[in-house]
Amino acid sequence: MNNYHEEEVLGKAYDSRLLKRLLTYLRPYWLYVVLGVFILLIATALDLVGPFLIKIAIDRNIVPKISTGLFHIVLIYFGVQIVQFGFKIAQTYLMQWIGQKVVFDIRIEIFRHLQRLSLAFFDRNPVGRLVTRVTTDVEALSEWFSAGVVSVFGDVFLLIGIIVVMISVNWKLALITFSVIPILAYIVFFIRKKIREAYRDIRVRIARINAYLQENLSGMMVVQIFNREKKNFNKFDELNASHLEAHLRSIFYYSIFWPSVDLIESIALALIIWFGAMFKYEGVVTFGTLVLFIEYSKRFFRPISDLTDKYNILQSAMASSERIFLLLDNKPDIVNPAAPQTLREFSGEIEFRNVWFAYKNNHDGTPDYVLKDVSFHLKTGEKIAIVGATGAGKSSIISLLCRFYDVTQGEILLDGINIKNLKIEDLRRYIGLVLQDVFLFAGTVEENIRLGNKDISLDMVTQAARDVNAHPFISRLPNTYQEPMMERGASLSTGQKQLLAFARALAFKPDILILDEATSSVDTESEILIQQALEKLMTNRTSICIAHRLSTIQNCDRIIVMHKGKIREEGTHQQLLKLKGIYFKLYQLQFKDRNIKSSAVSD
Amino acid sequence: MSIFLLIKVTNTMTLLKPLYRLNKYLREYKKDIIIGIILIIISDVLFAVLPKILQYTIDAIAKGIDLRQIATYALLLIGIAAIYAGIRFLMRKIVVGVSRKVEYQLRNDFFRHLQRLSLRFFVNNRTGDLMARATNDINAVTITLGMGGLLTISNGFIFSFIFVLMITTNVKLTLLSLIPFPFILFLMYFSYSYFYQTFEKVQEQFSSITDKAQENISGTRVIKAYVQELNEIDQFNELNQTYLKQNLILAKARGLMWSSMEVLFGIALLILLWFGGNAVMSDQITLGNLVAFTVWLGMLGWPIISFGWILNLIQRASASMNRLNEIMDTEPLIQDTTCTDHSIKGLKGEIEFKNVSFSYNEKPVLKNINLKIKTGMTLAIIGPTGSGKTTLTNLIPRMIDATDGAVLVDGRDIKCIPVKTLRNSIGFVPQETFLFSESIEENISFGVEEAIGEDIQWAADISTISHDLENFPDKFQTLIGERGVNLSGGQKQRTAISRALLRKPKILILDDALSSVDTYTEEKIMKSLLENYFNQTSIIISHRISTIKHADLIIVLDNGEIIEQGTHDELVKLRGFYAQLHRQQLLEKALEEM
Ligand SMILES: Nc1ncnc2c1ncn2[C@@H]1O[C@H](COP(=O)(O)OP(=O)(O)O)[C@@H](O)[C@H]1O
Ligand SMILES: Nc1ncnc2c1ncn2[C@@H]1O[C@H](COP(=O)(O)OP(=O)(O)O)[C@@H](O)[C@H]1O
Ligand SMILES: [Mg+2]
Ligand SMILES: [Mg+2]
Repeated sequence: MNNYHEEEVLGKAYDSRLLKRLLTYLRPYWLYVVLGVFILLIATALDLVGPFLIKIAIDRNIVPKISTGLFHIVLIYFGVQIVQFGFKIAQTYLMQWIGQKVVFDIRIEIFRHLQRLSLAFFDRNPVGRLVTRVTTDVEALSEWFSAGVVSVFGDVFLLIGIIVVMISVNWKLALITFSVIPILAYIVFFIRKKIREAYRDIRVRIARINAYLQENLSGMMVVQIFNREKKNFNKFDELNASHLEAHLRSIFYYSIFWPSVDLIESIALALIIWFGAMFKYEGVVTFGTLVLFIEYSKRFFRPISDLTDKYNILQSAMASSERIFLLLDNKPDIVNPAAPQTLREFSGEIEFRNVWFAYKNNHDGTPDYVLKDVSFHLKTGEKIAIVGATGAGKSSIISLLCRFYDVTQGEILLDGINIKNLKIEDLRRYIGLVLQDVFLFAGTVEENIRLGNKDISLDMVTQAARDVNAHPFISRLPNTYQEPMMERGASLSTGQKQLLAFARALAFKPDILILDEATSSVDTESEILIQQALEKLMTNRTSICIAHRLSTIQNCDRIIVMHKGKIREEGTHQQLLKLKGIYFKLYQLQFKDRNIKSSAVSD
Repeated sequence: MSIFLLIKVTNTMTLLKPLYRLNKYLREYKKDIIIGIILIIISDVLFAVLPKILQYTIDAIAKGIDLRQIATYALLLIGIAAIYAGIRFLMRKIVVGVSRKVEYQLRNDFFRHLQRLSLRFFVNNRTGDLMARATNDINAVTITLGMGGLLTISNGFIFSFIFVLMITTNVKLTLLSLIPFPFILFLMYFSYSYFYQTFEKVQEQFSSITDKAQENISGTRVIKAYVQELNEIDQFNELNQTYLKQNLILAKARGLMWSSMEVLFGIALLILLWFGGNAVMSDQITLGNLVAFTVWLGMLGWPIISFGWILNLIQRASASMNRLNEIMDTEPLIQDTTCTDHSIKGLKGEIEFKNVSFSYNEKPVLKNINLKIKTGMTLAIIGPTGSGKTTLTNLIPRMIDATDGAVLVDGRDIKCIPVKTLRNSIGFVPQETFLFSESIEENISFGVEEAIGEDIQWAADISTISHDLENFPDKFQTLIGERGVNLSGGQKQRTAISRALLRKPKILILDDALSSVDTYTEEKIMKSLLENYFNQTSIIISHRISTIKHADLIIVLDNGEIIEQGTHDELVKLRGFYAQLHRQQLLEKALEEM
C-alpha cells in the first residue's frame, strides 16, 4: 500500500543500460530465442501466402474462367493453413515459454538474493515493498518478455514482408499505397503522445485517489469524530473528477485515433482502386494484383498502429526492472570469509571482547552506540542470564552473536576464534535461538519443528517435543504432528507456541542455547511446563537467557546486568541483591511484583 | 447441445442481476445512451456497406467503365469512410464517456457510503479489501459497461447487417462460407470458460507465491538463525515451478485456440475461394461480389472473437458488482434515531453512564458501568491494556453504541442528540494518532470550518508543538507523511492534541494521548491544559500516574469493571492496583536516573 507514490514516478520508456541488462536474462535460452524468431519468420511468411494464393487464383483461373487448377490452389491453401496451424501453436507456446522461464529465473534470483541480505537491509525496507519486488514487479516484466519482445519482431517482419511483396508485384502501386504512411505516422506519433500523457495522468490520479482513500479508510474514526465527512468527500470528489477528466481526455484522443487510422486505410484503398483501375486499363496490373493490394493494405496498417501499444508495456517493464535491479544491486554486507576457519569440535566457549555496536549514526555522523565496551566470557557449559530494562541492549548482544549484524568495534570469539572467520552457516548451526515472538511457518507442526532439515526424522521431532513437554498438547490436536498451522499458529496459545519453539531449538541439537525473553508472555498454566522444558534444554549447554522471570534467572550460574548499553553489574542473584544497585531495583520492579501478582491471582 | 446453451444463457441472465444497481446511474444518461445506440447503428450500416462499393468498383473496372466513374466510386469510398470515422468518433466519445462518468459517480457514492458506516464496520473489513473494491472492482464494472456494452450492441448489428448483405448477394455462397462459424463460436465460448477457470488457478498460485514471499521476509530472523535459506529457496522454487507449469498450460490452450480459430477462418475463405471462384466462372456472381465476400468474411472475425471476451467480461463485472453491492447494501449502524431532537444545537458537557455494558461479538468488554462526570470535571481512567478504557471513551461520541444501558450527556440519552451536534461538542485525541498527509496547519484545523491563525497558534502552544515547529523551515506549512517530514511519535500526538483543542470542545477526551511524550513535556502540557481548560469536562486515559494525579476523579478499570475510584491520595491509601502502580513507577524513575 505504500507504493502508490512510487507508482507516480514513471521512468523513461527506453533506457539502454536497463534494456541490455534485461536482455542478458535471455542468454541461457538463446537457442530457443533463435528458434522462436525463425518460427516467427516462417509463420509471418505463411501469413502473406494466403492473399497471394487468392491473387493467383483470380489471375489464372477466375478471370480467364479456367476451372482446372483452381482445386490445386485450394488444396495448397489448405496445406498452408495446416502448416501454419502447427507453426502458430509452436510460436505462441515458445514465446510464452521463454517469457515465463526468464521471469521464473528473475523471481528466483531476487528471492535468493534476499536470503543473502543482512538484517540491516530488512530494517530499512518495509516488508510490503520487498514483496512487491518479487511479485508485481516481476509480473510486469513477464508481460514484456512474452508479449513485447518477440511480437515486435513479428510486427516488423510482417511489415517488411508486405513491403517486399507489394514492391515486387507492382512497385508503382506499392509506392502509391505507401504514400499515406506519413499521415499515419503523424497520427501515430502525435495522437499517441497525447494518449500516453492522458494515460500517465490517469495512473497518477488513480494513485492519488488510492492514497487518499487509504488515508480516509484508516482514519475514518478521526474523520467521523471531527465531523469532516463533507469536506473530505469534497476533496475526494475533486480527485475523482480530475481522474475522470484524464479518462475523458484519453477517450477523446482514442476516439480520434482509431477512426483516423480507419479513414487513412480507406484513403489508401481509394488510391489503390483509382490508380489500380488506371494501371489495369494500361494493362500493367491484373485483377489479382488489385485484390492482393486491397488485402495487404489491411494487414499493413494494424502493426503500425499496434507498435506504439507495445510502448506502454515497455515503459512499465522498464520502471519495474529499474526497481528490481536496484534491489539486486544491494550487496550483502555480512558475507562468509574468503578462507573460513573451522572448529573441529566446538566446546561452547564464548567471549565478547570490548564490543561496541551501533545500528545507525547520530545526526552529527558519530555512531549511535547501543552497546558500549561490552566484555564477558562464558566457559563451556556455563549458563548466564542477562537482565536490564527495555532498550538496555540485551537483544543486540544476541543479534551480534548470531552475526545478524557485525560489531562496530571489538571482537566476538567462539573457542578463541573470531566469528568473522567462521562460515556463517556453521556459526548459526552452533546456536539455538528462541525469541519472544514465536514465528510459525505455514505448514504442519512437524514441519515447524524440523523446518527444512531433512536429517531430523519424525522420531527425533517427537522426542524433542516430549523433552520440552510439547508432546501432550500436540497429540491432542486433531492431526497431531500433521496438524496444519493456520495463519501463524492462531489456533495455539502463546505458551503452546513457545513450547513448539523450544522443541524446534532442541531438535537442532545446538551447542549454545539462547533465549530472548522467550518466557515472558507465557500464561501461568504453561509456566511449570516451560520451566521443566528449560531445565532439560539447558543441561550440558552453554546458555544465555534474557529473562523476565526470576525462576529462569535463578537457574543460571551468573547474571549480567545491562544498563544503557553497558554491563554495570555482574554476579549471582544473592550477590547482586546485596549490592542494592540496578539489579536490586530491577528485581523489585520486574520480578518481585510479578511474583506478588501471580500469587494474588492464585489466591 | 442447445439445452446446454440455454442453461448457459440463463446463467448469463442471473449474472446480470447484480448489475441492476447501475440502472440508477444509466438513467441519468438516457439521452447520451440513445444517441450512442443510434450512432452505433449508423456506423455499423456504413461499415457493412463499404465492401459493396468495392464490389461496384471492381465490377465497373471489369466492364471497362471509364475512369471518371471509377473516380466517383473512389471519392464515394472516401466520403463514406469520412462520415463513418466522424460517427465512430462521436460514438466512442459518448458511449465510453458515459461509462467513465458512471464510474465517477459510483466511486463517489461508494466513498460517501463508507463515510456513513460505523467503527465496527472498519474493524471487520480490511482497508486493502475496501480499496480493491473502490478501484479494481469499480474499474471492472466500468470497462464492461463501456467497451463491453459498445461491442455487444455493435457486434450484434454488424453481424446482422453483413449477413443480410451477403444473403441478398448470394444465398448459397453465404450459407456455405459461414459453415465454420458455429464451430468458431463454440470454440470461443468454451475456451473462454476454460481460460477463466485456469486463470483463477494461476491467480491462486500467484497469491501462494506472494504469501510465501511475505512469510519469508517477515521471518528472516528465524530463517537465518536456523540456516534455512536454502530450504526456503527450494520451497519458493517449487511454488514457482507450479506457477510456471500452470502458465504454460494456459499458454498452450491459448495457442491452440487462436490457431484453431485462424484455421477455421482460413477454411471459410477456402470454401469461398472454391465455390465463389466456380460461381464467378459460371457467371453466377461477379468478381466484385467475390471480393466483397472476402472482405465481409474478414469483417466478421472481430465480432466473433470478441464474443467470448465479452462473456468473460460480464462474468467478472458481475462478480465485482456483487462485491460492491455487499458494501453499498450495508446499513450504517450509527445514525440519528426516531427520538433524535434536532432542536439541540449545543451541549454543556455533563456526562453520565447508566448501567452501561458493551460486548464485542458476545465477549463482554464493559460490565455495568455507572459513572457521573459533572460539567467542568476532570476524570482520569487507568487500568491494564485491554481493560476497556478505549471502549468506554468511544461510547461518548457514539463511535460505538452501548449494548446495554445508556450514556447521557446533559441528562439526555446520546441516541436522542443529533450525532453531528454530539460530535461537534467533543474534542477527541485517539490512542492511535492519525494525521493526514497534509500540512501541520491543515491537520490542526481539521475539525473546524474556518480556522483563525491566532487560534491555531494558541492550540499549538498548549500542546507545545509550536515549539518544535520553529525548527522546521516551513513551520506550520510543513507537510506530514511520505512526501513531508516524518514526525516523531510525540510530535504526532501533540499535533493531534492541538487538533482537538482547536475545536474548543465542551468535552475533551485524551486516550493515552501523551504516551510518546517525555515526562517533562507531559507535565508542561498538563499544566497549560488545566489552566486553559478548567471549566470544561475532560476525560484522560493514561498509564502514567504523573499525568493523572491531579484529576478530580480517578477510576481504575480492570476487565471492564471499575475496581477502584477516588482521588490520587485516596487511591494511594487503598493499597490496591493503583498504589502498586504508583510504587512501580517511582522505581522506574529511580532506575532511569541511575
Ligand atoms: N534494528 C534496529 N535498528 C535500530 N535501532 C535498534 C534496532 N534494534 C534495536 N535498536 C535500538 O537499540 C537499543 C537497544 O535495543 P535492544 O538490544 O533491543 O534492547 P533490549 O533487548 O535490552 O530491550 C534500543 O535503543 C533500540 O531502540
Ligand atoms: N474491534 C474489536 N473487536 C473485538 N474485540 C475488541 C475490539 N476492540 C477491542 N476489543 C477488546 O475489548 C477489550 C477492551 O479493549 P480496549 O477498550 O481497547 O482496552 P484498553 O483501551 O483499556 O486497552 C479488549 O479485550 C480487546 O481485545
Ligand atoms: Mg529485547
Ligand atoms: Mg486503549
